[in-house]
Amino acid sequence: MPVIKDAVCSLCGSLCDDITVTVEDNKITKIENACILGQSKFVGMFKHDRIETPMIRKDGELVPVPYEEAIEAAAKILVNSRRTLSYGWCSTSCEAVSGAIQLAEETGSVIDSTANVCHGPTALAAQEKGAPSATLGEIKNRADVIIFWGCNPVHAHPRHMVRYSSFSKGLFTEKGRKGRKMIVVDVRKTDTAKLADSYIEIEQGSDLLLVTALRSIVNGHEDVIPETIAGVPKAEVLELAETLKNAKFVCIFFGMGVTQSRSKYKNGDAMSSLISDLNQHTKAVMIGMRGHYNVTGFGQVATWETGFPMAIDFSKGYPYYNPGETGANDLLVRGEPDAAIIAAADPGAHFPQKAIRHLAKIPVIQIDPYANPTTEIADVVIPSAIVGIEAEGTAYRMDAISLRMKKLIESKFKTDEEIVKDLTAKVRELKRGA
Amino acid sequence: MSEILIKNASVCDPTQGINCETMDICIRDGKIVDSVSGNAKVIDAEGKLTMAGGFDGHTHSAGKINVGRFMNPNDARKTLVPGLSGQVARTEKTRAQVGYNTPNTYAIGYRYAKLGYTTICEAAIPLLAARHTHEEFKEIPILDKMGLSLFGSNWQVMEYIRDKEPEKLAAYIAWGLRASRGYGVKIVNPGGGEAWGWGRNVSGLYDPVPNFDVTPAEILMGLAEANERLQLPHSVHVHCNNLGKPGNYATTIETMKLFEKIKPSRDRQALHVTHVQFNAYAGTSWRDFETGAPMVADYVNGANHLTFDLGQVIFGPAVTMTADGPVEYANARMLHEKWSNQDIELEDASGVVPLFYSPKSFVNAVQWAIGLELALLVKDPWKVMFTTDSPNGGSFVNYPEAFTYLMSAKRRAEVISGFSKMALDRMVLPGIDRELDFYELAVMTRSTQSKMYSRPEKGNLKVGSDADIAIYDILPGQIDPSTEYVKVKEAFSGAAYTLKSGEIVVKDGEIEETPKGKTYWVNAKVPESIDTAMQKDIDRKFRKYYTVSKSNYMVEDSYLQKPVEIGTEGVF
Ligand code: SF4
Repeated sequence: MPVIKDAVCSLCGSLCDDITVTVEDNKITKIENACILGQSKFVGMFKHDRIETPMIRKDGELVPVPYEEAIEAAAKILVNSRRTLSYGWCSTSCEAVSGAIQLAEETGSVIDSTANVCHGPTALAAQEKGAPSATLGEIKNRADVIIFWGCNPVHAHPRHMVRYSSFSKGLFTEKGRKGRKMIVVDVRKTDTAKLADSYIEIEQGSDLLLVTALRSIVNGHEDVIPETIAGVPKAEVLELAETLKNAKFVCIFFGMGVTQSRSKYKNGDAMSSLISDLNQHTKAVMIGMRGHYNVTGFGQVATWETGFPMAIDFSKGYPYYNPGETGANDLLVRGEPDAAIIAAADPGAHFPQKAIRHLAKIPVIQIDPYANPTTEIADVVIPSAIVGIEAEGTAYRMDAISLRMKKLIESKFKTDEEIVKDLTAKVRELKRGA
Repeated sequence: MSEILIKNASVCDPTQGINCETMDICIRDGKIVDSVSGNAKVIDAEGKLTMAGGFDGHTHSAGKINVGRFMNPNDARKTLVPGLSGQVARTEKTRAQVGYNTPNTYAIGYRYAKLGYTTICEAAIPLLAARHTHEEFKEIPILDKMGLSLFGSNWQVMEYIRDKEPEKLAAYIAWGLRASRGYGVKIVNPGGGEAWGWGRNVSGLYDPVPNFDVTPAEILMGLAEANERLQLPHSVHVHCNNLGKPGNYATTIETMKLFEKIKPSRDRQALHVTHVQFNAYAGTSWRDFETGAPMVADYVNGANHLTFDLGQVIFGPAVTMTADGPVEYANARMLHEKWSNQDIELEDASGVVPLFYSPKSFVNAVQWAIGLELALLVKDPWKVMFTTDSPNGGSFVNYPEAFTYLMSAKRRAEVISGFSKMALDRMVLPGIDRELDFYELAVMTRSTQSKMYSRPEKGNLKVGSDADIAIYDILPGQIDPSTEYVKVKEAFSGAAYTLKSGEIVVKDGEIEETPKGKTYWVNAKVPESIDTAMQKDIDRKFRKYYTVSKSNYMVEDSYLQKPVEIGTEGVF
């Protein structure tokens, strides 16, 4: 009965690496340490949603075919396309991402990640003002003031607070939660907010106002602050600024409530400036609460291979980057792509209607372990092994620390990495023949 | 069996004392040999300067350079050095390229190869983030790579030094190198990284590190002794305290002096001091800032225990990136620039800030001069390694331009003529007429590296060495570099041939082949009992303080491309 220790959970951006897994008869029978989200992934609660075999749409129906046939059909779509959108790649390994980038380069495609609809603005903010950050252990060992801003780890990153933040104990934080101040800034009182020492309820879309007010106070201009700002009374804002300034070590964890609300990347830009200002008084850092377990990895790989973290257009042969123009949704809404390859993501469930309508019109290749709304519009469906369970590979935690995910059980499915490799080889073959 | 005969090459190999002599070089299966058969492929190198492949011993090319790319997408389009920067479409042989200071991985490999360079050393690997460095290494084509692991603000290191446990310290270093698959010990602003964990810094060699009861001097000595106990191929590689501060030349000399008592365990230096340009500042503030290079050079001329590199400044945009976290924060505040920071739990800090070196700024002009002054005032080129600390002082693609500054007083005078009087008053460069010849340049760009990294098969053309060879379309004796510097720059910008392990990778300045390079790392042997005792200590560290488990911390072999394990025998 093999027991695998220190397995990495491939669900959320916390990337917990202390999971103990028991395997019997090639089945996972016991999981220790994972949270309920991780548990459900490991024990295969979604098993019934697995795509059992490669499929090609014929006369409107998806019919099972062998891998080779699906790969060939997909390669034909790519070769005949003049503007392919390659999208997703965030719930898979860095090795698969690397292969996907090479495929995009060779086919002159545009490649983008799910950051397009979550932390993309965080990257833009870093390009404006930088990203003053730290690894999660710095927070564990030093932070006495922690802010969760526009995020709800209780539900999205269940073990984050115990492993890395509010409840964790470290060298200079021996008292754990008792020695820390935990603050939540959000538009509604989330379950995370209920655990906080103070909850600051702000008006929808007014994050930028509050950050700017805090900057003003930290920089000695509290006189410019009106009596209420972002729906928060001035006294409360002053108190928050005071708490920050007097802290030994501050970390602001921010989520999609910040990146996808009004002002988008300007929120992150202002927050980065606030962190810089705070460092005149104390030590402060910020960390984005990345959702999918390897969305950070996509950004890392894309950046070292192409110079850019997302929305990369290879139509000129070299990488061109202009988010707003070359993002997945920008392209789809303009009706530009004439084919799409979607892997380890579900735009069918998350994209705006207009984008999906265009996707439905063009040939779509889906690579995924699970059936999802995107499967409904896919023309070629290629099932893959689940990384971190059936395949090994690299993933990056939300703080850009990379970990090796283990293979725990055997699988009949090809890995994303293999599928992309096969696809690239087939594309080359077809191009040579042409 | 692949054989190449390079005929009638004009060879410059200082490791053998060969100064531009016409010779043939024989290559078999990637190595230099005595003779080859009649079937060997022939390269006609008549009239061409032939040297060992260049070896950049201190460059930032994997790891935090990715933060640089991430925050500076504008860098991708910069084409300041034609043919060696900007966006280049993919070809049948090459992947797409972008960038200038922070090129993508493929561009790094191709462009170094075009300059005739075949080996690079990434100068800062945080242990916890080492896997990332190796992932990028894997995607840098052609070049052989190695990396230096950071130990200068590491909790376990500081505790062992404080508690006077030198054997366990050595065992920890050996383990850290294994975990990160590193080649040597890098120390950045010793103690400063930990102080930066609280937003502070250390002010010099004897300023105690908060909460750890050790001083930077103790960290330096402790690590240097451990380094020698393990008989590592490279000495400690030191980024001194007080980098970038006027008056810091004194700290630099003080640091160098400290190492007089370190006895190297191998035939190499006891200390390598890096990017000394940033640490050779006199004056007390930016107002009375001036060169401290003469004082540093004076000390180095009288010392025999160290090597150093320049960190030469190149005018134009640069991206600074260093494990010196507090320095980067100070840079960002002073320059009103964007700032990225990454503190690494229990280990170190780091930061990235873009900046612009302008010849109109007297500070930048003096910085530019200091690098050259150091190279020219230090008499023995074997103590000097040429670098720009890429991309801190400027991108490596500017090396050919910088070579012309070293080889031509006339070229320097041209640049200097644009400086303000204030700048001229603060430097000594205008009074220096030394001009390096090709032999001395070869010392600073390959031979010193061979010696200082104890890599006898690199940086030279001896029989048995790796057939890493650069052939430049220029002939010493027929060209006067002091006046014909345009030709010098042109020749070094695109090698006529670059051979990597006996394979032609560059021909006429264009990429021919893109083989994968090797990765060197050091496995230092430690007695089992000491290792076991040390492991107990770090087990506790992992249990209580780290956020990853020990087993997941070690870089797995699958991340190493063509690994070359260098074993050493520790003395306990
Ligand atoms: S917190 Fe995230 S990574 Fe950790 S066990 Fe839960 S789902 Fe997995």
